[in-house]
Amino acid sequence: MAEKITPVLETKKLGISFGGLHAVQDFNIQIYSGELVGLIGPNGAGKTTVFNLLTGVYVPTEGTVLLDGVPLNGKKTHQFVEAGIARTFQNIRLFNDMTVLENVKAACTKDIHYNLLDATFRTSKFWRAEKASTDRCMELLAICHLEDKADLLASSLPYGQQRKLEIARALATNMKVLLLDEPAAGMNPTETAELLSCINTIRDRFGVAILLIEHDMSLVMNVCERIQVIDYGQTIASGLPEEIAKNPKVIAAYLGE
Amino acid sequence: MKQTSIKARYLVNLAAALLLFALAVVIGMTGGSTMKLKITPSLWQCSYLIIMAASLNLVLGFLGQLSLGHCGFMAVGAYAASLFSLALQRAGFYTEKSGPAFMLVLLLSFLIAGASAALLGLLVGIPALRLKGDYLAIITLGFGMIIVNLINNLPFCGQQGLSQGSASSALYATGLGFSNDEKMQYLWVAALVVILCMTVMFMFVRSKYGRCIRAIRDNEIAAAASGINVSYYKVMTFTISAFFAGITGTLYACCNASLSTTSFAFTNGSILNSVFIVVMVVVGGMGSLTGSVIAAVVLFLLNYTIKNGAWVAALPAFLQNVFTYPMLVYSIALIVVIMFRPRGIMGSREFALCDIPKWPAWISSYFASRGLEKSAKKEAANHG
Repeated sequence: MAEKITPVLETKKLGISFGGLHAVQDFNIQIYSGELVGLIGPNGAGKTTVFNLLTGVYVPTEGTVLLDGVPLNGKKTHQFVEAGIARTFQNIRLFNDMTVLENVKAACTKDIHYNLLDATFRTSKFWRAEKASTDRCMELLAICHLEDKADLLASSLPYGQQRKLEIARALATNMKVLLLDEPAAGMNPTETAELLSCINTIRDRFGVAILLIEHDMSLVMNVCERIQVIDYGQTIASGLPEEIAKNPKVIAAYLGE
Repeated sequence: MKQTSIKARYLVNLAAALLLFALAVVIGMTGGSTMKLKITPSLWQCSYLIIMAASLNLVLGFLGQLSLGHCGFMAVGAYAASLFSLALQRAGFYTEKSGPAFMLVLLLSFLIAGASAALLGLLVGIPALRLKGDYLAIITLGFGMIIVNLINNLPFCGQQGLSQGSASSALYATGLGFSNDEKMQYLWVAALVVILCMTVMFMFVRSKYGRCIRAIRDNEIAAAASGINVSYYKVMTFTISAFFAGITGTLYACCNASLSTTSFAFTNGSILNSVFIVVMVVVGGMGSLTGSVIAAVVLFLLNYTIKNGAWVAALPAFLQNVFTYPMLVYSIALIVVIMFRPRGIMGSREFALCDIPKWPAWISSYFASRGLEKSAKKEAANHG
């Protein structure tokens, strides 16, 4: 992959400690536009903590997150999203009492420009903005093969589709970097294959960078261009999938010595 | 079934609103003595209860935050409106409760009541909404109590002050307090306020704002991760809710001869109590504005019949004893609703005039699904 000058997402010496526990230490990663990077590690290694640092849920105790070279220090979660980092969750977090379409539209809020008066008087600006947002969200749902489920309640979807809806919702934020936290967890092989094609479509179509946490090794080895491995909050290896598969430290971390 | 177009829905609702308004005007002009003495005062009471329940639903049902101080905002609105109108009356801006000058005062009273309550809502909301669940409930409960004490002790309102002497006579004679005749004459004001407030609330809920706050209710973390500024929308909703509660304060001032902080106090046993408003929202359905309207009217009627119904006297003595504690009856009503319709009368659905033709289909499908459930249970029992 041709290296550009600034990575879209970069972290420098990122770390967080909860009291005496160093959950993540000295985490450095560079992701370039259009790249698909895997983040793996044994249970409790700190993968999700890294995601929480990258999305502003946790405030790092050291280091910085840079998006397009701009540091995001001191920003809140929704500002991270506005800057262009979107995520999905390991345990599905949908807006259960809203329809599938509303779930996606809710994530468009920052791009819907009308004020309270427009909403109260139902001005043409209101209708145009709502229509544009609906059209866009329907497109995103189509990418995730959910367009015919638009009017169902999110909670009524089967598990695999709920996962996809989370991805569609993340896409609606117009992100530059997409963080997927175990998107294939609990999916059967067919669903995983579908998800894979969905992820590839997203990357080709939007040219976004994707960082993926996954336990399904076949998925990680198949799709990721680079892999970073962490254990006990520290990076133990990073490189191409084949290198990682042979790396003795990684094998030791997963299987024990 | 063919979907009614959005335009048709708006037109039907507009027609219904106009019809309601016209009805209020006609009643105001032609009503007889029963209408004047019994029904009209009840309609005024209903009008503020409806807006109270619906505006609390914004916070409780749509935003998912429990606030127990909603009547505090109403108190602020009521005092702001009556002080304002009294001051103008003293300044000689108007002398009688009619004519364009009074109409202007009435309009401004509504706006000032709403604005002062909204300002307070903003000030309370910014720190309080950092808390969640029970803690927010405690804070808002405390706020409701503080505001009552504050009003009692401010030199220009409360027992003495602007009204000089008992507040009652002043409010009744000069301020907003309407006599039964005036309540009937101005019934259209109450109708108009209810229609406008409900419309604005609906527009708010059916927009990106409504989507945001429901997203926050459903999952705060995911809402933030979807780019929604959680604290901003929380405070905004709280403020808007307080604004409408303030407006109901003016309605309250209009239909009472006197203002006393005890009527807004948490300990009062009347229908106007923050907890009772919460009950209305829960009974009507959290997340359903029309549900709140229905519940407000139903619970008002329940309250009214318990207190005034002749049939109560015909009941056995022990039941009459129960009915002397209306709060007991409301609790039972609440328990019954929770048992049989845990999500309230309407759930999170809205009543829509255009949906009435679909009701037979809905009802039959409801019973069909109930039937299926029952037969499934029977089958399971047979297998067991």
